[in-house]
Amino acid sequence: MDPRAAAIEDRLAGVRRIVAVGGSKGGIGKSVVAAALSLAWADGGRRVGLFDLDFTSPTGHVILGAGTRFPSEEFGIDPHVVAGVAMMSVAFFSGEAPAPLRGGEATNALLELLAITRWGNLDVLVVDLPPGLGDTTLDVVRFLPGTGFMLLGTASIVVLESVRRALRLLGEVGVPIVGVVENMRRDGGDLVEGLARSAGVPFLGSVPYDAGLESALGNPGRLRRTGFFDAVRRLAGRLDG
Amino acid sequence: MHEFALADAVVKAAVRAAREAGIDRVEAVVVRVGELQQIATDLFEFSLTQVLPPSDPLLEGARFVVEREAVVFRCRVCGREFGTGDLGEAPGADEAEAVHFIPELAHAFVRCPGCGSPDFDILAGRGVTLERIEGRGGDLPGSP
Ligand SMILES: Nc1ncnc2c1ncn2[C@@H]1O[C@H](COP(=O)(O)OP(=O)(O)OP(=O)(O)O)[C@@H](O)[C@H]1O
Ligand SMILES: [Mg+2]
Ligand SMILES: [Zn+2]
Repeated sequence: MDPRAAAIEDRLAGVRRIVAVGGSKGGIGKSVVAAALSLAWADGGRRVGLFDLDFTSPTGHVILGAGTRFPSEEFGIDPHVVAGVAMMSVAFFSGEAPAPLRGGEATNALLELLAITRWGNLDVLVVDLPPGLGDTTLDVVRFLPGTGFMLLGTASIVVLESVRRALRLLGEVGVPIVGVVENMRRDGGDLVEGLARSAGVPFLGSVPYDAGLESALGNPGRLRRTGFFDAVRRLAGRLDG
Repeated sequence: MHEFALADAVVKAAVRAAREAGIDRVEAVVVRVGELQQIATDLFEFSLTQVLPPSDPLLEGARFVVEREAVVFRCRVCGREFGTGDLGEAPGADEAEAVHFIPELAHAFVRCPGCGSPDFDILAGRGVTLERIEGRGGDLPGSP
């Protein structure tokens, strides 16, 4: 018997809401949006956690400039608090060493982190998903019941093909969909909104393509001053509901 | 070191398992500890026996039996089975600490001694398992 199950329940007892940022296609901005959303909520006075579940390519710590120092430990491990966001990432343990994990091992790493991380009381825990509809998405559905999924898409039929599949899967397993967000919007068109409508899930709005984002990464202060962040802040307001 | 947190999880799981099995007095809790995590067994046992049992009357007077399990890796590329003793130089403190918290991070630091691959399975000795509980009023399914 796995003693972690009992521990996980306890560790998450003070977390009121979990929002997973996904979209299944790679490179569409899940991590930057998840980090910015956390920051926007923290700026608004919420107690926020950010959990980077991309074990093989963690990036949340880079986006928020959290570094990779080892977390402190007492009766569990403490998330690093960066710009008001309590953050946990496998990068705090592995540093820059790549850790190739197969499916079952990613699950084990997730359970281990859930069993030892002291999130404390949070209004919301934002989960940054890796690309794909594989192990980690299924693990979140299984081990973090009640998690609402926010799916990102861009105005590309290639991306929307993946988002459509993700919506179908999540619908089938009865997971709550918080809504769909268009990222990297450059010009008109309503492909993403149309997809949300035809799937019968809320369309939460668009985040523009912002050429200034790259130079703001790693610095929460600069991140807050981007047009990208303005849009994410509005998104955070809409998700408060 | 997070021996206390691990012991805490074991105790909670034992209480839960006892309730589910209808045990009203636990006599023994058997825990298997994989060597990959390099748990300080004395500290772990101390937490189990001294600190935690008063947390639930079900466990009053219960014995904790800690069984250690050696690590067995098997390379997916060349098929070689190996253990921590086959790994040449010992891991650095940071690496050991990382694996202590998340055993899967062995994939970041351990390489197959046969072919150098990071693509191996951890067949045994990974982490902490509640092997079984023994007591009066019922037994866990699968216990002798
Ligand atoms: N709205 C935007 N404007 C400009 N650049 C963006 C925008 N959204 C994301 N990016 C950039 O696109 C790249 C990919 O973003 P990110 O890493 O967040 O994607 P991801 O979906 O998390 O990727 P993965 O699937 O690998 O996890 C990053 O360089 C990021 O800065
Ligand atoms: Mg990402
Ligand atoms: Zn090999």
